[in-house]
Amino acid sequence: MSLLSIQDLSLSIHGQSILDCVSMDIGPGEICGVIGESGSGKSLTALSVMQLLPEGAKCSGSIALSDIEILQADEKTLCNIRGRAVGMVFQEPMTALNPVQTIGQQVAETIRIHQRVSRSDAMVQAANTLRKCELPQERFPLSRYPHELSGGQRQRVVIAMAIALQPKLLIADEPTTALDVTTQAEILRLLQRLVAEDGMGLMLITHDLAVVTDIADHIVIMNNGKVVECGQAKALHSNMNHPYTKSLFKASTHQPERLGQVEDTVLLSVQNVVRDYPMARKSLIKKPAPFRALNDVSFNIYKGECLGLVGESGCGKSTLSRAIMGLDDTQGGVITLNGRDVFADETAREKMQVVFQDPYGSFNPRHKVGRLVSEPFFRLGRSATNDEIVESLVSVGLEAEDRNKYIHEFSGGQRQRIAIARALIIKPELIILDEAVSALDVSIRAQILDLLAKLSTERGLTYLFITHDLTVVKAISDRVLVMRDGRIIEHGDTKTVFHSPHHDYTKKLIASAPQIQPVEGINI
Amino acid sequence: MMSETRSSRKALKSRNLFIGVALTSIFALAALLSLIWTPYDVTQLDISSKLKSPSWEHLFGTDHFGRDTFSMVMVGAQTSISVAFIAVGIGMGLGVPLGLSAAAYRGGLLDEFIMRGNDLIFAFPSLLIAIMITAVFGPSAVNAIIAIGIFNIPVFARLSRGAALPLWTRDFILSARVAGKGSARISVEHILPNITNLLVVQGTIQFSLGILAEAGLSYVGLGVQPPIPSWGRMLAESQTLISIAPHLALFPGFAILLTVLGLNLAGDGLRDLLDPRIRRTRR
Amino acid sequence: MLPYLIKRLGSLIVSLFVASLVIFACIEIVPGDPASFMLGVNAQPDTVNALREELGLNTSHTQRYVSWISGLLKGDLGTSYTYRSPVSDIVADRLQVSVPLALYALTLTILIAFPVGVLAAAWRGSAVDLFVMGATQLGIAVPNFWFAILMVIVFAINLGWFSAGGFPGWDAGILAVIKALTLPAVALALPQASILARVMRSSLLDTLSEDYIRSARAKGLSRRQVMWRHALRNAMIPVLTIIGLQFSFLLAGAIIIENVFFLPGLGRLVFQAITQRDLIVVESVVMLLVFAVVLVNFLVDLAYAWVDPRLRERS
Repeated sequence: MSLLSIQDLSLSIHGQSILDCVSMDIGPGEICGVIGESGSGKSLTALSVMQLLPEGAKCSGSIALSDIEILQADEKTLCNIRGRAVGMVFQEPMTALNPVQTIGQQVAETIRIHQRVSRSDAMVQAANTLRKCELPQERFPLSRYPHELSGGQRQRVVIAMAIALQPKLLIADEPTTALDVTTQAEILRLLQRLVAEDGMGLMLITHDLAVVTDIADHIVIMNNGKVVECGQAKALHSNMNHPYTKSLFKASTHQPERLGQVEDTVLLSVQNVVRDYPMARKSLIKKPAPFRALNDVSFNIYKGECLGLVGESGCGKSTLSRAIMGLDDTQGGVITLNGRDVFADETAREKMQVVFQDPYGSFNPRHKVGRLVSEPFFRLGRSATNDEIVESLVSVGLEAEDRNKYIHEFSGGQRQRIAIARALIIKPELIILDEAVSALDVSIRAQILDLLAKLSTERGLTYLFITHDLTVVKAISDRVLVMRDGRIIEHGDTKTVFHSPHHDYTKKLIASAPQIQPVEGINI
Repeated sequence: MMSETRSSRKALKSRNLFIGVALTSIFALAALLSLIWTPYDVTQLDISSKLKSPSWEHLFGTDHFGRDTFSMVMVGAQTSISVAFIAVGIGMGLGVPLGLSAAAYRGGLLDEFIMRGNDLIFAFPSLLIAIMITAVFGPSAVNAIIAIGIFNIPVFARLSRGAALPLWTRDFILSARVAGKGSARISVEHILPNITNLLVVQGTIQFSLGILAEAGLSYVGLGVQPPIPSWGRMLAESQTLISIAPHLALFPGFAILLTVLGLNLAGDGLRDLLDPRIRRTRR
Repeated sequence: MLPYLIKRLGSLIVSLFVASLVIFACIEIVPGDPASFMLGVNAQPDTVNALREELGLNTSHTQRYVSWISGLLKGDLGTSYTYRSPVSDIVADRLQVSVPLALYALTLTILIAFPVGVLAAAWRGSAVDLFVMGATQLGIAVPNFWFAILMVIVFAINLGWFSAGGFPGWDAGILAVIKALTLPAVALALPQASILARVMRSSLLDTLSEDYIRSARAKGLSRRQVMWRHALRNAMIPVLTIIGLQFSFLLAGAIIIENVFFLPGLGRLVFQAITQRDLIVVESVVMLLVFAVVLVNFLVDLAYAWVDPRLRERS
């Protein structure tokens, strides 16, 4: 008999239908990957199992946990189940812990809520659980507060909270999405180990196919509140039926076609750039040493090239992009575009533009699209003509009338198109793409990558593609730079770097990145 | 059932706004009307008809000089509203630019200077300083306005700095900088339009506080001077006659209560109307 | 912890220093000079000169400021011109009314606001919540001195439960003191309690929508347990800020409320001193009140650090 059995679960919130006849089974010791893009209803399926749904939610169908019917259970029974029979791990480790309690208190709380044990016994158990989650007491005593830990460490605390009582079922909702690749790989290994040791069932929810295909026994693919396909991971991989599944797989391994010519002339040259940040004073006597965010960084970008810059959070890649755009002063080195210094000669900056990550934060919500798109013209000292606005919108696949709308009327993917239109409007030669596709769903991401490839072919554009996502870099860039702790530790042809990396860190990075084997025989 | 409570709550909020705006407009109209017409002349003393109870002839009765209370409440509205309004104007006019520049040069000396200055003003009990100012420079409407206005400056400075700071980290500010725009231009073009809602809401709240402060000052005799009527002084004068003519204490008090209530309800309603914070459900 | 403490203490001293300069300047720039201002237009020239001598107006500004401050530090607040006695004695006398009144009002404020705010947040959207929101809306809008007058009409004149005004002194016994201070304290506390209850409610609601509350619920805590164990302490930060600010409102509000009830407190002393143009009293008492406010804000800062471990090490 299966551990968790969901049958025909339907959910509506304030009368709006969210889930429609969702069914799935999870057995003990089994890892079930639930995959879907944003809005597919995968998280709400998990919250239904916990019955921690938002106000106004109504469930029908059946959720059976062993022999208990969750949908019929009263609040008291549910409180007994949560934390004891089912543990849950959430996406955002930075906010999932109470900032004013120690990690020991928070892990021990799970135990003390459900069992009559003394405070000190609970603390001993908490210490053991944390050790099991690879947070040894010597380095991470119980008295630590969440803010003293990194994101990956916090996620381990959250996992410890969830598994302290060895629940039969663990639900992990995008547990690694907010983390760096190497940390992600560690957390996934930890979850796998816990499942193997304790024989728990694990429901692993993610938007990233690659994350689950390696470790899941079972896969459930959701779209628009429905289960579109499910089955054994291996079988599903070679035998997809539903068109959505196929397109999802295809988008995840998408390789945009680029036909542009890389010329021999250097467009952007970065030589020995250094950037220091002053640190907050910790002592009254000593002045703290500055934090070196960029340490002797040098590289060139050639005309028509797409250069990928990869690194994990905090490695200095965003600092670098700000320095190139001349936004922050540097403490050493030279940055030139077309041979002109970007700091000394502001007009040099006319030939580069930027596209940012967050499609929601990149636009002033109070201005219309036409005004938003024409902002770069400020540097040229004139305003954009109507034709120029229309031309830029049309070139990214939007319509001329869109210039009179406000930004909230557009979806994430459309906003990213508008961001590209804004970058294109003054006809730059270099576009810096700072995590420009990281916040998008895979299918949208594939479209945007195609658009970027098409534009570079048509206009001979040069890209600096900054990202933490190795799959994207592999798909689009000609050359790769790997950055760590403010230094460039490896550079070379994309193929060479991915096939035979030199630096240990690069090797680790590539090994950590989850990958989907290209599937043969999918015909779309 | 849940959706019903939600929609009823929403209806309740728009009703709040409606009541708030209605109450505020009544008093604003009364104030405007009093500029050209009042039922009786409030400067005309008529001892023969003193301390009359409310009647059709004198809706709110008369005071110990025989003046019509209804007319005095009307003129009092004019006093209260104009004092509070100008005081809010002073607060916004000086506070917002200060707050915006503190945010634009966050972490710098200017920021530190402006914020410490704000803390300093906050350290003084506001009414106490208002009393000191009016005492030293003599009680008058202008001094009351200045005294109340000074305390609105740090309120708006803090608010606009606090609201501007998270905006400065947003990507759209970065792309404005990429376009070559300077801090001042970005503050006006990108920051200000995004904090107007907050300013309007806070403005109505400060407006209502200003009315309460003006009433307090004139109650202790430091506001607008006789013979111009003001709600606070009417209450002070009523206090000695409390056992003979309690109606004198009722009407000006209700006028203050309803104006302030109206402004607060309107402020709350505006906040919900202008800032429908879309709580995206987490997925 | 220590750097935080030192920094707070430093800003406390700077605030006090600047405040003293401002107050001193305010008194110095009165029309004419302080002596003629205090005595009025009809004063004899030799009386004015005598007072100028007494105030030390013939010395420089700096000298006067230094002697004022060094006096303050030694507890010497100068001699009142109207009362002809040391200001410190008068103040000590008045504090016997003002301190109990402020504490009484603050206690009432917190005792009313906390349960009401928690209740409204716990039963959000219910009839209780709607009632609380409506009642607090009224409480904020009521001018406290008018509310005081109404209470006098009802509870003192009509029902005779409390005294309409005046203060019998501590010798008259604790019951008489409570009788005299209850109406003023309620009048002071009501608007502040309304504000604090609303802040408490909205802060709790914000906290309850945080991710860590959801994590706590996933551990098996009931709604009530989550409220007590996780939400309340985190919700205290904005509430503490408001309590700090309210202290200064209570002090200032007391000036007016003490007038309504004819209470011989600090507020009434300041007010009388202002109308009698006794600048020595004004200067020292205002400084004292500012000191109280700054001190309370310092204590609030310490309370932050107690509530929030993140502040303890931030320098």
